Amino acid sequence: MNWLETVRTGLEAVLSHRLRSGLTVLGILIGIAAVMLTVGLGLGAQKQISQQINSLGSNLLIVTPGSVTSSSGVRGGFGTASTLTVADATALTSKVVAPDIAAVAPTVQRSESLSTGTSNWTTTVVGTMPDWLPVRARTVDSGRFLTSQDVSDHAAVVVLAATTAQELFGARDAVGQTVTITDVPLTVVGVLSTAGSTAVANEDDQAIVPLTTASGRLFGGANRFSLQAIYLQAQSSDTLSAAYQEAESELSTMHHVLSPASADFTITSQQSILNTATSVTQTLTVLLGGIAAISLLVGGVGVMNIMLVSVTERIREIGLRKALGATPRVIRRQFLVEASVLGLAGGVLGVLLGVAAGIGLSRLISQPIVISATATLGALAVAVAIGLVFGVYPASRAARLAPIEALRSE
Amino acid sequence: MTTDVLPAVEVPLLELRDVGKVYRSGSLEVEALRGASTSIRAGEFVAIMGPSGSGKSTLMHVLGCLDSPTSGTYRLAGQDVSAMSEEELAEVRNRWIGFVFQQFNLLRSLTAGRNVELPLCYAGIPRAERSARASEALARVGLADRVEHRPGELSGGQQQRVAIARALVGDPALILADEPTGNLDSAATADVLGLLADLHAAGRTIVLITHESDVAAAAQRTLRILDGAICGDSDRVPEGARG
Repeated sequence: MNWLETVRTGLEAVLSHRLRSGLTVLGILIGIAAVMLTVGLGLGAQKQISQQINSLGSNLLIVTPGSVTSSSGVRGGFGTASTLTVADATALTSKVVAPDIAAVAPTVQRSESLSTGTSNWTTTVVGTMPDWLPVRARTVDSGRFLTSQDVSDHAAVVVLAATTAQELFGARDAVGQTVTITDVPLTVVGVLSTAGSTAVANEDDQAIVPLTTASGRLFGGANRFSLQAIYLQAQSSDTLSAAYQEAESELSTMHHVLSPASADFTITSQQSILNTATSVTQTLTVLLGGIAAISLLVGGVGVMNIMLVSVTERIREIGLRKALGATPRVIRRQFLVEASVLGLAGGVLGVLLGVAAGIGLSRLISQPIVISATATLGALAVAVAIGLVFGVYPASRAARLAPIEALRSE
Repeated sequence: MTTDVLPAVEVPLLELRDVGKVYRSGSLEVEALRGASTSIRAGEFVAIMGPSGSGKSTLMHVLGCLDSPTSGTYRLAGQDVSAMSEEELAEVRNRWIGFVFQQFNLLRSLTAGRNVELPLCYAGIPRAERSARASEALARVGLADRVEHRPGELSGGQQQRVAIARALVGDPALILADEPTGNLDSAATADVLGLLADLHAAGRTIVLITHESDVAAAAQRTLRILDGAICGDSDRVPEGARG
């Protein structure tokens, strides 16, 4: 009996036991699709978070007032202390003091109500310098960004982020319009391109004004000159740690800090945020992968059961085929073909379902799902191997029985 | 019975000499055959009769190479079967023997035509020739119009006729029927026995195993078996004295 004939016999058997074949295929299919989806969700979350952190800017250091003290005890004041000043930011722009720092963007920010006369919108108003644009890796969609002239003039100008412009002016062109913040009318000179939303803060909903305008004309209160953050951009990723040290030493000098433990400012690097986030999402991926592996195992046990039952109830058939002249090798081949067909069908359908469900689910929950080739191939290999082993091994044992023993079995 | 010219050189189709078969299951030993000896010539229609438990089924399994004897020798067409490998035995079953079982043993998922084709599949015969020969064999047993029916759509008698068609499609020297009428009503029994008689008339060797004497009466020669040994042969009357 040649291979073509064996394949035909195997297919005939698969098609004539539709329920059994269907259940086997289903077991393999669900296992593979589950692995693809769960691992895909984990990888998707990982990718999304690293994208969000990268969208803050590149080679970024963030100086914030106050400090966080690690597990030994809490030092209050993080983010609320008013210890950072424009003088600090100006000192860091010096190429002599900090040669590895490319750009400096000090910021003050408050939540304020913006009004056009016909509509109101409350958002974050950020007072900063022209370098904010490159440091935060943003681009202007229409109009222009702030200039040094605007800063030195305390100019009554504002640049709106995309969502803010949309909320205030709808489809109309915002550039050239007037927005009132705390009774000061400001001219909209530009609109930022969208940055994509992030989980931390909506980067697309803010209004940018010159630092001098914010502290001098818009904001009130005693601490209106204290900065909420200084964003620093290093020359390159290689000089990031040099830039970190330059900033730390210069600020320590200016603030008369004697030991790092008593510093009244904190410098955070984008990389450290990324590392923390990555370790969290990696844990998530491993967790999801573990769940997926369990579902694959459950699917595998299902496939194993169906295969074992199927072969056991076909021992009579094996006996009959042997009585009619089938050699053990031919019987083995027939069951090999059957198990391969089922494994392949389950595998292909599982991958298709995984991809389709991945696309559907990522739309539904608006989370990216990254299909991992390694996880897919691994799941495929495990499921098909389980099908083959438990389809062929018992059949091969039955094929070695004397035909009459097989024929007599119930 | 054309043995009168050179009886000495004629090789019997089947020759059993002192065949014993012991089944072991755990510590239990069952001696199903003890020293069974007989020979059957080509073209004979022989019934093997005996009560249940006499070893007649075991004898048939040995004759059909479905099981191997634990002692003695069995020659099929002069060849010692006990020395053969698994592959050779499969080929012997395929080429030399056609089986008819009490339970019909048709594959329920296949059509009558495909069931009849099976021995030809294992003989490596091309597809077109196979289906032609299967249809021919089904026509021979009067089921020409049932080629595409599955066993579940056929009556017991019809299923047994499909099984007979399967037994004769490969043109084997020997047709072995194990209680072929055991599950059939009297009309179907007469039908099947008539078919076997026709095949015998056409020159085939048939060995029929039964415990009913009126079924055995269809045969030309009757071997009686009791407690695992041949104790009576209608061909050679005083055989019962042996053992």
